[in-house]
Amino acid sequence: MATTAEHFQAHAEEHHHDHKPGFFARWFMSTNHKDIGTMYLIFAIFAGIIGGAVSGVMRAELAAPGIQYLQYISPWVGDDPSNFNATLHLWNVLITAHGLIMVFFMVMPAIIGGFGNWFVPIMIGAPDMAFPRMNNISFWLTVAGFCSLMFSAFVPGGTGMGAGTGWTVYAPLSTTGSPGPAVDFGIFALHLSGAGSIMGAINFITTIFNMRAPGMTMHKMPLFVWSVLVTAFLLLLSLPVLAAAITMLLTDRNFGTTFFDPSGGGDPILYQHLFWFFGHPEVYIMILPGFGIISQIISTFSKKPVFGYLGMAYAMVAIGVVGFIVWAHHMYATGLSVNTKMYFTAATMVIAVPTGIKIFSWIATMWGGSIEFKSPMVWAIGFIFLFTVGGVTGVVLANGGVDDVLHDTYYVVAHFHYVLSLGAVTALFAGFYYWFPKMSGKMHSEFLANLHFAVFFVGVNMIFFPMHFLGLQGMPRRYPDYAEAYTYWNHIATIGYMIMASSLVIWFVNIIYAFTAGKQAEDNYWGEGATTLEWTLSSPPPFHQFETLPVIEEAAHH
Amino acid sequence: MTGQISAVERARQSNRKVATVALSIALGMLGLGYASVPLYRIFCQVTGYGGTTRRVDIAQAATVKDSGREMRVRFDANVARDMPWEFKPLQRTDTVSIGARDMALFWAKNDSNQTVTGTASFNVEPEQAAKYFNKIQCFCFTEQTLKPGEEVRMPVLYYIDPAILDDPDNKDVAEITLSYTFHVTSIGDAKTLDQNKPGG
Repeated sequence: MATTAEHFQAHAEEHHHDHKPGFFARWFMSTNHKDIGTMYLIFAIFAGIIGGAVSGVMRAELAAPGIQYLQYISPWVGDDPSNFNATLHLWNVLITAHGLIMVFFMVMPAIIGGFGNWFVPIMIGAPDMAFPRMNNISFWLTVAGFCSLMFSAFVPGGTGMGAGTGWTVYAPLSTTGSPGPAVDFGIFALHLSGAGSIMGAINFITTIFNMRAPGMTMHKMPLFVWSVLVTAFLLLLSLPVLAAAITMLLTDRNFGTTFFDPSGGGDPILYQHLFWFFGHPEVYIMILPGFGIISQIISTFSKKPVFGYLGMAYAMVAIGVVGFIVWAHHMYATGLSVNTKMYFTAATMVIAVPTGIKIFSWIATMWGGSIEFKSPMVWAIGFIFLFTVGGVTGVVLANGGVDDVLHDTYYVVAHFHYVLSLGAVTALFAGFYYWFPKMSGKMHSEFLANLHFAVFFVGVNMIFFPMHFLGLQGMPRRYPDYAEAYTYWNHIATIGYMIMASSLVIWFVNIIYAFTAGKQAEDNYWGEGATTLEWTLSSPPPFHQFETLPVIEEAAHH
Repeated sequence: MTGQISAVERARQSNRKVATVALSIALGMLGLGYASVPLYRIFCQVTGYGGTTRRVDIAQAATVKDSGREMRVRFDANVARDMPWEFKPLQRTDTVSIGARDMALFWAKNDSNQTVTGTASFNVEPEQAAKYFNKIQCFCFTEQTLKPGEEVRMPVLYYIDPAILDDPDNKDVAEITLSYTFHVTSIGDAKTLDQNKPGG
């Protein structure tokens, strides 16, 4: 394997002249997958700070029963602070913004747009994406969508300023319940970022199918590439359904159609079916590339190929396929028949099988490996633990009967934050520390990266583990106030938020350290375990790589 | 050199082909999203999902035999928020023989000083009983128009399909609720005055 790496390195060194366009042309009209990936990452960090600040306001408000802070924030968006209903509406705006920002403008741009753009072409030995210009359009559509969502907070949304519909945008709250342009801008944001994501998906599918280097067969592709391929198909199949649903919302709101309005023969439950037909695959869209990143990292730092490579690849395909036939487990409380609930309970639990295969294979990869606890490995092992906790509560919630009690309680909030906030985000940080020196050419501080992990791990668990207790005690989601009995664990969760937030300070310090005092990164700074093609290139890679395509030998392994 | 150009051109064509297929998948899903609206309606009518009742004609209804077993039916009437009508059932409950035809009467009054046309939406609880609830005649089949201050009695002619007795999902159902909600179709529209005589 080391010989393969040396072989490709020779190719990379052929690029002596590395012409880069001027600043404006390079960053605003970019067609370079690495530059676009960098922009996606910076955008995702920016959006993540806003989405994280929103959750900071939420946690501050929830630190104690009663309304403490919302009336001070509401004038910021133009509400009258003496209007208590508008103040409470701000809460709905905050939870909506937090959900939409984190899903569409933080996790997806970072994990697919950022790491996907950066490393999919490199890992398959391609010079760039199949449609570089479309890649650029995808990015700027995402940015435009984000602007539309931000703008929506400052225009009337019915009870107060901003769209207060939840990220699910359920009718009739989002139709007759929210007059004013805010929800229209929110829907427009989803249209724009959705169009960007669909173009991105087409781009990834074409790149992966058509631009693999000679010898790079489908069954030799690194698992991260597999994960992005499956994700791209999920995007392609689910996002247009969301587009249809929210377009129907838009015409119901503005042009008098009654798709979801019973007075005209429509049914609001249909919106929920359409939304979750998109929404459930969407949660796999957020986590699958994370699975891919974790597979690369575990393999690298165990100095072994991934255990059960084909099983790992097709487990992701299975998760993607089954993900499309379980959507109504989000709708147990809408009055499904017993038989329907039985089907969706069973189908949902089936997903635990391929997911179990993945967890098992990661552990089996580590088993007997020569493990090195570098920071990405620490984050990756943290991911496996946290994601498993979220998976276990997922199996609990999959039960239609249990969900009757837990639906819309904090137990659900705890569950999906364990798989996303602690799962996908931990995978993002693992990927960040794994690839940051490759992308920037500068080594980060391993000490700070490990400290970041330790503080983050304590913080997020303190935020979200108590939410299991709160949910089991019956605390409902989506309210800024609660009964006094819930005070203790809410207070703990808010302290956890502060700890988590301070871990991000460590992260930023680490980035600053890397750019100011960080050592120049070697080509393959993780050593013999790192066998994929990005390690054959310099750090950072040349502006254009693989002008002479690398040839993957028979012996070369994923 | 020409060989190289054609290789690039071939790659470009092949990329375009994959992208076209991918794009048509996306457009197909968009179309399916819209197709789900009529599909969902048909699905509800066939399965009774969401409490959707059945509509039958008189000839079909004549073939059903009275089972002799009894069931209670409750009636519920509501108006949408912007509907200026009073609307209530003239009997709260009825005990009917399963399979036998029965008539329930509802009463509505237009409290506004404008002519109002309305449509009633309906559903049945428990939902698994909906597909056995057959309506032969109902004021909800058509729009109803009431002049200012006008009141009207409206009948529903229905029967419960005896097949409900063989359905394990309905084993514990002893009472079915039929619920209506009147929505405004139009207010003060002279055109609809003579059509759909109330009570039809």
